[in-house]
Amino acid sequence: MRQLVRVVSWVYALAVYGFIFLPVVVLVLFSLQATSFPIPPFTGPSLRWYEAVLSDVRLTSALVNSLLVASISSATAVTLGFLCAWGFARFVLPGSGLLRGLITLPLTVSYLIIGMGLLVLFNWAGVPKSLLAAGIGHVVINLPLCFAIIYSQMGDHQINIERAARDLGAPEWKVLLLITVPVMAPAIFAGFFLSMTFSWDEFVISFLLTRFDTTLPVEIWNLLRSGLNPKTNAVGSLVFAVSIVLVVLFELTLLRRRKA
Amino acid sequence: MPLVSSSGNSRRALPRAGRALPRAGRTLPRAGRALPWALVTPALGWTLLFFVLPFIAMGFSSLTAHEGGGFTLSNYSQFFTNPSYWQAMVNSLEVTAIVTVVSVLLAYPFAWILAEQVPERWQRLALMLAVLPFWTSYVVRSYSWLLVLAQNGVINRALTGSGLITEPLQLANTRLATVTGFAHFFVMLLTLTIFANLKQLSPSYRKAAADLGAGPVRTFMHVILPLTLPGIMVGAFLTFVLCIGDYITPQILGGNNELLMPQLVMMQIGRRGDFPLASALSIILMAVVTFAYLACARWLKIERA
Repeated sequence: MRQLVRVVSWVYALAVYGFIFLPVVVLVLFSLQATSFPIPPFTGPSLRWYEAVLSDVRLTSALVNSLLVASISSATAVTLGFLCAWGFARFVLPGSGLLRGLITLPLTVSYLIIGMGLLVLFNWAGVPKSLLAAGIGHVVINLPLCFAIIYSQMGDHQINIERAARDLGAPEWKVLLLITVPVMAPAIFAGFFLSMTFSWDEFVISFLLTRFDTTLPVEIWNLLRSGLNPKTNAVGSLVFAVSIVLVVLFELTLLRRRKA
Repeated sequence: MPLVSSSGNSRRALPRAGRALPRAGRTLPRAGRALPWALVTPALGWTLLFFVLPFIAMGFSSLTAHEGGGFTLSNYSQFFTNPSYWQAMVNSLEVTAIVTVVSVLLAYPFAWILAEQVPERWQRLALMLAVLPFWTSYVVRSYSWLLVLAQNGVINRALTGSGLITEPLQLANTRLATVTGFAHFFVMLLTLTIFANLKQLSPSYRKAAADLGAGPVRTFMHVILPLTLPGIMVGAFLTFVLCIGDYITPQILGGNNELLMPQLVMMQIGRRGDFPLASALSIILMAVVTFAYLACARWLKIERA
């Protein structure tokens, strides 16, 4: 019986792994295709589509745009989220529960609707479509996330360290910068990292709110109009590789922290 | 996942008396009333300006006529009278329900195997591998499924090549393709949440069940499964919310044969520039999600371990 469970488990787990990895393997394999269609039979390996991606100015500038929007909007989101979490965790504010609910509310609304709302508002206010508009949208989706992560990590022992600093005469800004920020660094880092990945991958808000200068997911979307194309495979594989490197780095920093 | 549990993160009750939190109840010496508000106002302001206000703008927009402005309810009444709009909602609900059920059914045994059958020291690696494709770009992930499911894609080539079928199957641009693409994403997400849930269970539950004479099957059905049900509900709700609002997967994999709500919304903006109708449809979609939330709220309450 036990043996049977083991065998069935193995088969099942391998089948699910297969399902999870099938599209990724196909994507990467056919990014190395030598001919112009990413369909069997495999004719590579060849790096010509990677060259095509790297020499495509639209794609490379979209990549730079994406990095800019992701880093600036994440920094904004994590700063606002951190200050707000500190305010709510350290002081009793009237209507605190309600206000915290308001801050986290955007988490329950789909990106499409957040993007639609901003599009209607900006359209009325005469704000042109731009990377800035998309960045504003990215802060809206990431701020609640940063707030929730940091707020949930603000515990009692940190209050005591802050109190000690205050007793020793440190002004509030010094307590904040020299005590709270370093103590909360893991949560701040986690919030920033998650925001980066969400903003980096976000499509629909950028699609609605940008026009000529746009982000990488939107530019990849534009590539899809040409149907199946190994160039799309190549750019997709590159994005995947970057994400994997980031995730592994993140895991390693977390592990090191845990061991220390 | 911090997404759902976070909203209920009301920590220990804060002391009522002083404004400053330190347990002694002392007020902060140099912190006036202004400081706490100065800390929370930027975030609140951002949320009000770029989340609440857009929502109000959308509400107003949904009540104006596309041609010539002026107040009208026709954007909403169109949804109920135009069968193709109504059908999009039905399609969305059907696809979302199928995706949620399929993903939970696929992910639960998988998470269980990872948590119970894989040796402890390999678990972290096994889990990391299981969610690795999670980190591909969303647009690219749907496109990858297109490569697999296309008319001359991997599956059709394998099937015709092996002589099992003579004509390629229509796999892309179908509901099956949409569901497959969605399930791929949500199996990974649910595996994460259910795995975390299973690992949080204290081993003493199982020992107690065994001591009381329950076999493995009975222990699972009467102890493990009920205890992980709240986690499953949270994951299923998350799946529902993310799935029903998604535009990319149905657009790339389902094509335009069968429209889902997000596709319908985008179509109003893209092809016709009809913001009022798009706003009305978005608000209806959000109302449905809110209803779903209220219906599940009872099970979603369980937070804070």
